[in-house]
Parts: sequence; C-alpha cells; structure tokens
Amino acid sequence: MKLFFWQPWLIPILPLAGALINGLFGKRFTKSLVATIALFFTGASFLVACAHAYTLTSSGAAALETSYGTWIRTGNFSVDFGIYLDHLSMIMMLVVTGVGFLIHIYSVAYMDHEGGYYRFFTYLNFFMFFMLTLVLANNYLLMFVGWEGVGLASYLLIGFFFLKDSAANAGKKAFITNRVGDFGFLIALFLLIQHFGTLRYAEVFSIASHFPAETSAGVLTAIGLLMLVGACGKSAQIPLFVWLPDAMEGPTPVSALIHAATMVTAGVYMVCRSNAIFSRAPIALLAVAIIGTLTSFFAATIGITQTDIKRVLAYSTVSQLGYMFMAAGVAAYSASVFHLMTHAFFKALLFLGAGSVIHGIGGEQDMRKMGGLRKYMPWTCWTMVIATLAISGFPPFAGFFSKDEILWQAFSSPHGSKIFWLIGVITAFMTSFYMFRLVFLTFFGEYRGQASQAHSSHDDHGHHAPHESPWLMLAPLVLLGVLSVIGGWVGIGNRFEHFLDPVIQKVSVEQDTAHPGEAVTTPVSEGEGAPGESKGLENLLMGVSVLVAFAGLGLAWFLYIKNPALPAKIAAASGGLYKLVLNKYWIDELYSAAIIGPLVAFSRVVLWQTVDQKVIDGSVNEIAVAARDVSQVVRQQQSGLVRSYAGWVAAGAAAVVAYMVWMGTR
Amino acid sequence: MNVNEIPISYYLLLSAFLFACGVTGFLIKRNIITLFMSIELMLNGVNLSFIAFATRLGTLDGHIFVFFVMVVAAAEAAVGLAIIISVYRTRETLNVDRVNLLKL
Repeated sequence: MKLFFWQPWLIPILPLAGALINGLFGKRFTKSLVATIALFFTGASFLVACAHAYTLTSSGAAALETSYGTWIRTGNFSVDFGIYLDHLSMIMMLVVTGVGFLIHIYSVAYMDHEGGYYRFFTYLNFFMFFMLTLVLANNYLLMFVGWEGVGLASYLLIGFFFLKDSAANAGKKAFITNRVGDFGFLIALFLLIQHFGTLRYAEVFSIASHFPAETSAGVLTAIGLLMLVGACGKSAQIPLFVWLPDAMEGPTPVSALIHAATMVTAGVYMVCRSNAIFSRAPIALLAVAIIGTLTSFFAATIGITQTDIKRVLAYSTVSQLGYMFMAAGVAAYSASVFHLMTHAFFKALLFLGAGSVIHGIGGEQDMRKMGGLRKYMPWTCWTMVIATLAISGFPPFAGFFSKDEILWQAFSSPHGSKIFWLIGVITAFMTSFYMFRLVFLTFFGEYRGQASQAHSSHDDHGHHAPHESPWLMLAPLVLLGVLSVIGGWVGIGNRFEHFLDPVIQKVSVEQDTAHPGEAVTTPVSEGEGAPGESKGLENLLMGVSVLVAFAGLGLAWFLYIKNPALPAKIAAASGGLYKLVLNKYWIDELYSAAIIGPLVAFSRVVLWQTVDQKVIDGSVNEIAVAARDVSQVVRQQQSGLVRSYAGWVAAGAAAVVAYMVWMGTR
Repeated sequence: MNVNEIPISYYLLLSAFLFACGVTGFLIKRNIITLFMSIELMLNGVNLSFIAFATRLGTLDGHIFVFFVMVVAAAEAAVGLAIIISVYRTRETLNVDRVNLLKL
C-alpha cells in the first residue's frame, strides 16, 4: 500500500482524476460533493508532493528521475513520459499543490453563488494537472504539453463567464497572445533537437556544459532568445504582457491561482530550469534582464493609476514577474525562484483578499467606490495589510528577503549592473506606493459605495451592506498570511541560495565577463566585485530598499489619507502624462493598430474575400454551374415521347452495325 | 426444291425486311396497338434469322432461342395489352405522343 502511494506520477494524475470525475459526472452531483471531490484530489496531490519533497531532501540526491515508458521514438530521438524531481521542481510542485489547495478551499465558498459550479472545479483541477506536468516533466516536450495545457485551462477559466462578451474576448486574447510565445518556445525545442539530439533535461544540460560561454550570438543564444519569447508570452512580459490585465475577467480565485501564483511563473521556471543554456548565452541573459527590468518598471507605473482593484493587482503581478526575470537575467536564478515562491504566497493572498472584498460588497471592483471596509471585514483587511507589507518589502515579511536578494544580485552579480538596481529600487518604491494606495482606498477612510445599489457585475452576489466573508474563505487568507510573513525566513543567511545549488550549473565568471560583444549591445556597465565581498555594501542597499518601501507607504498615506483631494489635482496637473499612463501607454491601441488591424484587414480582404470567396467558393460554384448547364442541354432528350426514344435506339443500333461493317470490310 | 437448296441470304434478307418494317412501323405510327404489332414484327424477323441459321448449321440452339423469344413475346403481349387497356381507361386515348408524362 505504501509503495502505491509512493509513485510520483500520482502528483499530477490525482488532479486529473478529480477533473475527470467532476467533468463527466459533476452535473448530477450536489455542490458539496463536487467540492469534496475537487478538494480531496488536490489535497491528496499535495500530501504526495510533500512526501516526495521529504524523500528528495532527505536523500541528498541532486535529482530523482523516473521514467514511465517511451512516448515518442523515431530514429535516435526519443521522448519519455518521465518525472524529474529536483529542488527547483520540488519548490514549484509544493507551491502549485499547496497554494492551489488553499485556493480550492477558498473557491468552495466564493463560487457558491455562481452557475457552473462543477465546471469551475473541473477546470481548476484540470489546470492543476497540466501545471504539475509542466513542472515535473523530465524533458522539454512534456513540459511543452503542460505549457499548452495550462494555456488551455487559463483560456477556459478566463472565459468562465462566457456569456459576457468581455470575458470571452479576454480569454481569446490570452490564448492568442500566448500562441506568439509558444511559437518561439517551439522553435527553441526544434533547435535543441537539431543541435543536441535530445530534449531530456539531464542530457541537454550535460551536453550544454561542454559548450563554452558564447561571446557572440550562437546556437545557445538563439535557443535562449526563443525560449525567452515563450517565457514572455506565458509570464506576461513586454511585449506580450497585454493579456494578463484582461485575464482579470475570470473569477477571482482563478486570478489568484493561475494569473498570479502559478501559471504565469512558468516562464520564470523555464528560464531557471534552462540555466545551463542561459548562463552560456550572455546576450540572451542580458535580454532577459532588460525585458524583466523594463516590464517591472512600466507595469508598476500603470499600476499606480488603475482604479479597478483586480487590475492594480494584475499590473503588480506583471511587475513582480519582471523582478523575477531581472533576477534570472543577472544569473541569480535562486533569487528568482525565491521571489517566485514568496510572490506566490502574498500575491495569492492579495487576490483572494480582493476577491473577499468584491464578494463582501456585492461585486464592486472599483476602488473609488470602496473605502472604510476595515470596519466591515477586519480579517480580510489585516491579511491584506500583511500581504501588502510583504510585497512592498518591509522586513521581516517574505517579500523583503526575496526582493532584497534580487536587488542585491542585480547590483553585484557579474551579469548585473547598477542601472538594473536603480530601476529596481524605483519600482520597489512604486510598488509600495500603489499597494498602499490600494489598501488605503479600500479599507481606510469612509465607505463610498451605495448601500443598496443594483449590481450587474459578474461577481454579483446580491448583497447589500458590506460584510465579512465566510470562514471557508478566511481560512486560506489567514494561512497565506502566515506564509507571507514567515515564507521569506528560509532565505536568511543565503540558505535558499544553497538549497538550489544542485540545480544551477556553475559557469566560471571569467568566461562570462570577458566578452566585448556585450559592451557593444548594452549601454550598462559591468557590475564590479564578487558576490559576498562587501557585506557592508549589501546592508547599505538593504537599507535603501527598506527606505523606499517606507517612502512609498508615506506618500500613499499622505495622498490618500491625509489629503484625499490631492491625487485628483496632481492627475489634472500632470495632464497628458497621467492620461498616457492611465490608458496603459496606449499599448492595446498600438497593437490593434499595428498588428491586429492589418492582420484583420489582410484576413478579410485577401484570405476571406479573395482566397475563400473567389478561389475556393468560386471553383466549387463554377463546377456546379457547368454541370447544371450541361444537364440543361441533355435533359431535352428526355421528352417522354416513346417514339423519339425508339428513334435514338434505332439510330444507335444502326451506328453500331455500320461501325462493325466498316471494321469488317477494312 | 429442297429447303436446303434455298440460299441463306434469302432468309436473311426477308428477316431484315421484316425487322425494318417493324422499326419503320414503330417510328411512324402513333397508335399504341400498332406499335405493339410492329414489335411483334421485329421479334419475328429476328426469329426467322435464328431458324435459318439453326437449320443451316444443324444445331438446336437457334430453335431454343426462338422458343424463348415466343414465350417472352406472349407474356409481353399479355402485360402490354393490359397496360394499353389501363392507359385507355385513364387517358381515353391510344395516341402514344400524348402519353408523355414520364419526363423531366
């Protein structure tokens, strides 16, 4: 019995079983049975994951790999169904199952008033299956299966309220934007097959370790850049981040699970997983860092101006993902994964708290109509404050340790630069500001909503006065709150960094720094000094980041508690700039003018009106018309006159006889 | 004069003449009963060819064919006359050109 429970394949398969049972029979089940099934399989998956995490850490092995047979074999190339459990996939697995389980619990209460209860939990379990496939696969192709699967689950869940046009469109937008990224990822896989002949992690990394670090663009750089395209799609980085804010059309637990804690971190996971490739391709690495830094900065600026509570959190997610990319881009993979983990805790908490607020005031998402909710929902309020402290980087909350580690690495890593650090610190200030703006607008001041307004929003729960959510929703909030406090403590004394050491291939620094190519491609200067050299400097930088967190808090307090009238004046005074940021730099409009518009026009004029209507329909119609015209002539023969038929028969017979006579006399 | 001394071409010419008469009658006449008689004429023209060849070659095959043709012709006449009566009762005409409903 013990042996059976010991199978690692159970971890992804259990949620799949839950999805199948609920998906096939859930329509006839009662709500509580649906919820029990979904919770049981997710919880069981979490327990098995914990057991395997324990096995891995106690065994001291770098990685445990199990193969369950061949999936594809062609020539020398083969792909297995296999599970690869190392410290990186272990963390991902625990985050996915653990946070996922908590969000399942929360959803039981949150989705209680919504239609499609069984459908929701089917999709959610389905998502868990693919996400676990993604993180536990032992080769890139199986990872890609999970990668596409979570995209599908994400599409289904964003469009969960499919009768609403905006939700259906948001789902499509997410799916299509991700296609662009998947395209890059797929080509990276083709390049891997061509140059490495395998997609198995262990083999790819051992082959990659024989490559020298590329000083100019080469195969590894190409693979790295294409993987980055894929990661940009999934993890909502510039230029493919546009889908994530729209994805907030989905139910709030979905935003918490998929679009904050787990799925969007898949790109970060992939970059960290492929560190053996990225570390040898400095140009790709630099691209990762630049994209991450820019994304974190621009998303944060947009977050400042948004008024929809979920959209603020969405841009905050994009921004924090940018941090993770920045860390990965300066080859600080463990800092990146560390932030991924703490971010999963506090961002899931923020979203669930936002969901609790939306639930409590009857579907309102506009922060301008909230305020003073501290009195009505104290638990939600204080857990949200904890998460806000964590994301803003106040010690000793989780975000402080991970964000500080990223900023320090950006400053000191041989791949880093002071510019990254500077932008990171400014972003940290903005993060602190917009998060406290959210908290102050939502929970402090006076309640600005109408007590009994008619709600038409999708999260409509039909309540009138703000009220606290049921304990089933509060329990996950409290648990995540605890994790948001203590989750970062594993990083004290660089323990987390050493924890991931087995995963990360060391590439010697001289190989990496001595390349003139990078100096040409980037205006930033190289970071100086080996890590750990100057503890004093690290403490100084830590002090700076704490200071900017307090500055953000102070500014938010000043603008939204002390002088609530001031923000509107500032917005009016800054005019065009405010409008630019409020409208998200017109990125959506730019894309629709530059890409979508021409694409639609091309499809309409060339593909539809020319190829489809003229060529395909035209040829089919022409054939039909020709057949009809010939028939029109031939049908005259069928006159109904017997003697006419007889005449033709006689003529035919005469012709045959004449032919035979002619042949015979020849 | 012995039957066998008459050249076979005589029989064939007569057979062809009878057949041609039948075809001509079928094509130019309008009365259904006349058409029927024309058909009989064609069949018997053919029968004459069979008999002539059978006698000349001294085999029985031709005779057997002729019997078959006569049997079928008799059956056909029975069915055909029944149809003619039925047509006359419903359409009150025996003009074949007016019995032309079977068309597009």
